[in-house]
This record gives sequence, structure tokens and C-alpha cells, in this order.
Amino acid sequence: MAATDQTDERVKEISRFRQALIRPELGGIVGTIAVFTFFLLFAFDSGMFAAQGVMNWGIVSAQFMIIAVGACLLMIAGEFDLSVGSMIGFAGMMIAVFGVVLAWPMWLAIIITFALCLAIGALNGFIVIRTGLPSFIVTLAFLFILRGFTIYIPQTLESKTIIGGIRDAAEGDWLAPLFGAKIGKPIFQWLGDAGVIGVFERGNRMGEPVVDGIPMMMVWAVILIVFGHVLLTKTRFGNWIFAAGGDAESARNSGVPVNMVKISMFMFTAFCATIFAICQVMEFGSAGADRGLLKEFEAIIAVVIGGALLTGGYGSVLGAALGALIFGVVQQGLFFAGVESSLFRVFLGLILLGAVILNTYIRRVITGER
Amino acid sequence: MTEPLIQMKNIEKHFGSVIALAGVSVDVIPGECHCLLGDNGAGKSTFIKTMSGVHQPTAGEILFEGRPMNFADPRDAMAAGIATVHQHLAMIPLMSVARNFFMGNEPVKKIAGINFLDAKKADEVTMAEMKKMGINLRGPDQAVGTLSGGERQTVAIARAVHFGAKVLILDEPTSALGVRQTSNVLATIDKVRKQGVAVVFITHNVRHAMAVGDRFTVLNRGKTLGTAMKGQITPEELQDLMAGGQELATLEGSLGGTV
Ligand SMILES: Nc1ncnc2c1ncn2[C@@H]1O[C@H](COP(=O)(O)OP(=O)(O)OP(=O)(O)O)[C@@H](O)[C@H]1O
Ligand SMILES: [Mg+2]
Repeated sequence: MAATDQTDERVKEISRFRQALIRPELGGIVGTIAVFTFFLLFAFDSGMFAAQGVMNWGIVSAQFMIIAVGACLLMIAGEFDLSVGSMIGFAGMMIAVFGVVLAWPMWLAIIITFALCLAIGALNGFIVIRTGLPSFIVTLAFLFILRGFTIYIPQTLESKTIIGGIRDAAEGDWLAPLFGAKIGKPIFQWLGDAGVIGVFERGNRMGEPVVDGIPMMMVWAVILIVFGHVLLTKTRFGNWIFAAGGDAESARNSGVPVNMVKISMFMFTAFCATIFAICQVMEFGSAGADRGLLKEFEAIIAVVIGGALLTGGYGSVLGAALGALIFGVVQQGLFFAGVESSLFRVFLGLILLGAVILNTYIRRVITGER
Repeated sequence: MTEPLIQMKNIEKHFGSVIALAGVSVDVIPGECHCLLGDNGAGKSTFIKTMSGVHQPTAGEILFEGRPMNFADPRDAMAAGIATVHQHLAMIPLMSVARNFFMGNEPVKKIAGINFLDAKKADEVTMAEMKKMGINLRGPDQAVGTLSGGERQTVAIARAVHFGAKVLILDEPTSALGVRQTSNVLATIDKVRKQGVAVVFITHNVRHAMAVGDRFTVLNRGKTLGTAMKGQITPEELQDLMAGGQELATLEGSLGGTV
């Protein structure tokens, strides 16, 4: 068996550069570079890359990122959640119902909303596991069920579909700032004073910087991306996520608690949707029955641009985050560039197609799929 | 005789109206290799799946170390030291060799009180174990999908040998292997048996069975045709039993003794 001690002579030397390139996120990286190049060339003077402009597409991207992280881990675990958008509407409405209509303290409203949404996520997962139905169908049912309640409840209680007054109700609460506050205000004030970022020239906010802090939505996006990435690639649970999505039967036979993994990923997706919803109602000060419409598809598109396999078992949280960034930059950037907004869809479709073709090629190289 | 490690008593398994096992009894003894033989569809895989926690028997009793055992799922069985190479290998093509090797048994190291995957250890152990089996991997991060059928089978066997502290179950482990890898697997069975591990070995190859088996049980249509000890039975008798006893003799004539 002497021959086995040598390095394999049947493998061609792969250059460092090529090896570094062949990674699941490549589609997302290339797409991000392409999109930024495009807008730097065509919309540089539009203010898109000034502080306010960056904050504008930054926030939108952060929103996509939050739901993309959840959708990404769930998709790698082999399942979909089409109820994410309805869950966003539902969670926001529950905050309004508990915090404003019932006038409970905001921290209690937040905790109960989380508990309720996580329970619904678990129920989604439980039904999928128990019935063996495709999660596509089960969560489609919840898309309707949750949206229905989100419209029905405020209409019955208040005879309207938008409930305001959330910001007042959250005033002085200890938990609400975790979703509604902005951080780093002194730094931005200093940056404004130093002339690095613009300040308001007149009006009642004169002297204040145009961007006065980083909203919690962005902070949550970063936290969730880091958490998701570490969980997926650096922990034993991450290995189970890949295994459960790659081949549930094989994973089960190898001792992976597949059911537990899948149910917790449904719960994590619900968690991300709830974070999104609470940040949003804190920002707007109101909950609307139509919030979160179509978000599930946007999340899935971001995840697929980011290199995940629709059928599960393969993907990257960093890739999904880049997919979300592309999504946000394109959506807001076309507005800055003064392009007809319907072209957003054309552009998005092209990016989706390009990224997926590239991703499929890379995946074949890595996994030897035929 | 050593106390049996696993006693399977009158195991029945029904899948709806299909009776896959109709009362099979087998003892698995430490330091012995128990060969399970029989035709396609005889129920061999179903039988070992009840042993490894994949299926719960419809009727019958399983004693593990003398106590009744109820493995709810394969994880319980693995925790008890039972490792299995399934006929369909239970490998995930999209995942790397090292991740497959440790699937369900990932090594962890604590950093700041949190358990993280010990990827370095996983890579090293995987490479070392694969080398022992006579397969040189390009790298531990190579995806299993890029391996040949025999290489995949070898990863599954190396994995089971590594984790099978008490019982090693092999369901047709050599079906896709080359000559060198097959003799390697047979030598490995011999080695772990000498270390006191109980081996259950399913094969269609009488020569392989005779080479390492201490005890032979032939299944036919969900029933035991009987158990024989090494030396009590000739390869020809075993071959006849496996084919259900009939026709093979006539076939053998016409095929010129090649079966
Ligand atoms: N999950 C299942 N559902 C229904 N029937 C099953 C199931 N698993 C096995 N069977 C049936 O049980 C019988 C025994 O199958 P099993 O896989 O145990 O055979 P085997 O002895 O391993 O055969 P082979 O040598 O081909 O691997 C077959 O008739 C098969 O159709
Ligand atoms: Mg079989």
C-alpha cells in the first residue's frame, strides 16, 4: 500500500486564485460588484453614495437581509416558508393590538408577540414533519390564514386596518428601544460637526447631521447574519442543517435529529420575520394589515441569488446577505438613477438569472453534481 | 460461550399489508462475526434496521446487554455503540467527506463556553481513517458527490468502524468494492472482531461470508432458515440455502460451476 502515501497524482494542480474563487458565495460577490459598478458609473452624482443615500438603500437591504437569513437556513434544511410575508404583517398587528388596543406595556406586547409567532413557526414545522406534505403547501396555507387574521382582527376591534400610536405606546419602555432606537448618535453628531457628513441647513433640526444614527434594523441584520453564518459553518447544528436538507432519510439513519432541526429552522424563520415586523412598526409608528406583502418571495430570491440550492442541502448565509444587498441596492438605486421603476423588475430578473447560472456552475464544480 | 450482546427474539415487521419479517431470532455475540445471508427481498436490510433503531419492530423483543431495549431512533442506537453501514450508505453527496464522516457525531471544542465544530480534528481523523482503508482522498473537504461508488462505500465503512464501539452492522458493504478494498474490509472485520466488537455482516458472496463469518443465518421470505456455526456447514450447502434450496444445482450445471 505504498502508493497511498503519496499525494494523488490524478489531481491537477488548482491555482490558489481559482480555489479562492470557487465558493458558494461567488454569484453573490460578482453580482454585488456588478451592481455597485453600475450605480457608481450611472448614479454617482444622484446622492446615492452620500450619507443619506447610503442610509436609504442600507435600510432596505437590511430589511431584506433579516428575512433572507431565516429563509436561507430553512432552505438549506430542505424547506420553504411562504408565510414569512403574512407573518410580518401578523406580528406587527399583534404588537399594535397588545400594545395599543389592549394598552399592555410594550415589553409584554413584544414578548407575547415573539412567543406567538415562534409557536406558529413551530406549528408550521410540526405539520410539515407529521404529514410529510411539502412545506410549500403547508406554509401557503398559513400565508392565507395569517393574512386573514391580520385583516380580521383590527377590523373587528377598531373597524380599521391600520393601527397607529405605537411609538407613543413604546415611549419609555425598556425593551422597545432594542427594535426602534438608533445607535451611535454621538458619533454621527461628531461626523456632522466635522463636516464629513452633511448637516441640516435650516428648519427645527438645524445643525443636526442628516443621518443621526444607525437604526436597530441594521444592527439586527448584522447580528442575524453573523449568528446564522457561525451556526451554519462552525457548529454541529450547522452540519445537521446541511444534512437534513441534503437527504433527510440518510441524515436520520446517521443519527441526525432531523425533525428537531427542521422545526427549529421554521421557528428561526418566524423569529426573523418577527424582528423585521417589530423594527418596522417601531419605525413607522403604526401597524398595517398589508405589511410584508410578497416578502417571502423577495427573501427566497435573495437566498437563491446568494447561491443556495432550492432543493436544500447547499447554500451560504453570507451569500444570502449579498443577495439581499443586491436586491436593496437595485431597488433604491434605480430610483436614484431616475430610471423608470418598472425597470427594477427587468433588472432584477436579469440579475437573478445571471447569478443562478453562475451559482449552478460553481456548485457543479464543488460537489461533482452531474 | 460469551453472553450475547444483542438478542433479537421473534422479530416481526409489517409494512402495511407487507410482512417483511415473520418472526426472526438472532443472537449477536461480542467478538463474533454473524453473517446474514439470503435472497433479494428476504428481509435482511429490514432486520438490521430494527437493530439499528431505524424501524421499530411490529412484534418481538430486543435485548441489549440483557436488558429490553427500545431505540426510538438511530441516534439512540448510535449512542449505545451500534454503528451501521446501510445498503444505501446514508451519505449526503452535497456535503464534504469530513462532514459526512462525522454526521450526527460531530466533534466539538469549547470556545468561551460554546460548543463549536472541531473542523481540524474532523479533517485529520477522516483522512487518517480513509488512508487505513486504502483510499487516498484528495482532501477532507472534497464533496462525497465527487467520489466513485466504491470510494463512497469505503467512507461509510470507515465511519461505522470508527464509531461502532460495540456493534458494527454492515449491509452489503463490499458490493461496489475493488479487490484490494474488499480484502481490506474483510481484514477490518477480522480486526474489530478480535477487539471484541460484535459484527453483523450481510453479503451475497459466500466466499466472503466463509472468510470472516463465525455464525451464519440464512433468511428466506421473512423467516429464518436456520443458523449454523463455522465448520458445521460447507460453502456449497450455504449457497443452496441462500437460493432457497432449489434449482441452483441444476443451474450450476448449465453455467459450468460459475455461480
Ligand atoms: N419501507 C418499506 N415499506 C414497504 N415494504 C418494505 C419496506 N422496506 C422493505 N419492504 C419490503 O420488505 C421486504 C424485505 O426487504 P429488505 O430490504 O429487507 O430485503 P433484503 O433482504 O435486504 O434484500 P436485498 O438483498 O435486495 O438487499 C421486501 O419485499 C420489501 O419490498
Ligand atoms: Mg438489503
